[in-house]
Amino acid sequence: MDTTEGAATTRGTAAGAASACCAVGAAGATGVTALAGGTTGAAAATGGATAGTASTAAPVAPAAPPASAVPPAPAAGAARAALLVLADGRFPAGGHAHSGGAEAAVRAGRITDAETLLGYCRGRLHTTGLTSAALAAAAAAGIDPLALDEAADARTPSPALRVTARRLGRQLLRAARAAWPDPELDALAAARPRGAHQPVVLGLTCRVAGLAPLDAAYAAAHETVGGPAGATVRLLSLDPFDATAVLARLAPELDTVARSAAGAARRAVHEGPGTLPAASGPLPDIAAERHAVRSVRLFAS
Amino acid sequence: MHLDHPGLFPPRHTHSAAPVRPDGTRRALRIGLGGPVGSGKTATVAALCRALREELSVAVVTNDIYTREDADFLLRHAVLPPERITAVETGACPHTAIRDDISANLEAVEDLEEAVGPLDLVLVESGGDNLTATFSRGLVDAQVFVIDVAGGDDIPRKGGPGVTTADLLVVNKTDLAPYVGSDLGRMARDAEAQRGELPVVFTSLTSEDGVRPVTDWVRRRLAGWAAAGER
Repeated sequence: MDTTEGAATTRGTAAGAASACCAVGAAGATGVTALAGGTTGAAAATGGATAGTASTAAPVAPAAPPASAVPPAPAAGAARAALLVLADGRFPAGGHAHSGGAEAAVRAGRITDAETLLGYCRGRLHTTGLTSAALAAAAAAGIDPLALDEAADARTPSPALRVTARRLGRQLLRAARAAWPDPELDALAAARPRGAHQPVVLGLTCRVAGLAPLDAAYAAAHETVGGPAGATVRLLSLDPFDATAVLARLAPELDTVARSAAGAARRAVHEGPGTLPAASGPLPDIAAERHAVRSVRLFAS
Repeated sequence: MHLDHPGLFPPRHTHSAAPVRPDGTRRALRIGLGGPVGSGKTATVAALCRALREELSVAVVTNDIYTREDADFLLRHAVLPPERITAVETGACPHTAIRDDISANLEAVEDLEEAVGPLDLVLVESGGDNLTATFSRGLVDAQVFVIDVAGGDDIPRKGGPGVTTADLLVVNKTDLAPYVGSDLGRMARDAEAQRGELPVVFTSLTSEDGVRPVTDWVRRRLAGWAAAGER
């Protein structure tokens, strides 16, 4: 149960710095389960499976774009401070109004304390987190953002979460264009005036800010857990130190997820976006749909 | 008569607040209304809409905290057609949405201009908050802070960014002053001490045309906005 719950397909809130979330606990069992679920999802994804509508995603090997079509990514390590700016929870891109599925999980009694928050975040990290991080890394690596936007649609079965992802992508793009003015960002804004999926925008922003695909993967993975953790502090009046400890405890796993996502992005440069991970979980998708029609809620998603 | 803030509409540096829209037309004047819970922000917005809707193209963005109640109130009372009212969700942080991260509100304003424009005036109503809440200058051109006599006649003396820096301070529910023991004269003196020459008006929205002092101020702002566009 926690597995699916944590696996929210919701794209990240841009609230990197949200402090929150759970510390230890019952997480032993839930955490492991969630982890297993995530791994399974990731494995399936590498096999070419895509969740939801297959607007993109040829399940078999998609036509590989000529390598020359993808502009070279910035050298890793060329920039780093920009990552801190981008991953700061105060970065004004709308994340504060979203809980990354945490509100629905709290309402359903699936997050009740630091322990269960850890399980939720862990499941989310290995599913949505991996998928989002790979999309972001792929955009940072120079893969066509419109193709990645379709790939993100294919990996987001919940219509409510697609709306959320595009809304947050639009808000992030606004902030990014002010912070790092660049023709690539302008072109994406012109092509997707209602917004592209947030992880794609995040990756492209990293690219124009001089960051590497791995940096983009870190930023995306971090916010998929930072958002719910921060929201849970507000939702449950959870001790903010416990919530921060949860994030710290997940940090080594986040390192692994980010590296895996960056590796998937490298493959996708040659083999196409269809090979990117497509891990998700049905329960958070269903919960997101129900949350979207609630008349009383603290967070938009 | 008090003076308005000098330098009516200083230059903007954000994508969103440029006075000219991408299609070359001049965007609507944006006025924010903030203030504590229950002071009468929504009632003031409703009264403004009723007073101005015949002569101006008006739209409203509400920032509800955990419901759509403010937007629904305006819809229920039919102060504007539904397509002219949009609600923004704020994730338990109303001041964040109007000051620190204005992206959702900017999109709401722009979407309204696109959907039902051209507009003359967009009112952005904050969720009820505390005395430190102010609007970003990247979101609105001018802001109104609404307090009421029943919240305590010491609020002007306490000051805070909302009371001291808003372009207009509205002290609402003056009809209740005798019942709650609030001294309107004291409130006026304290407000002037905090705000210098910035304007303060007293309203009682239950009386006929009670919103008039605010309407008059909005009209002057609109005239200034139009004049700035002609320069």
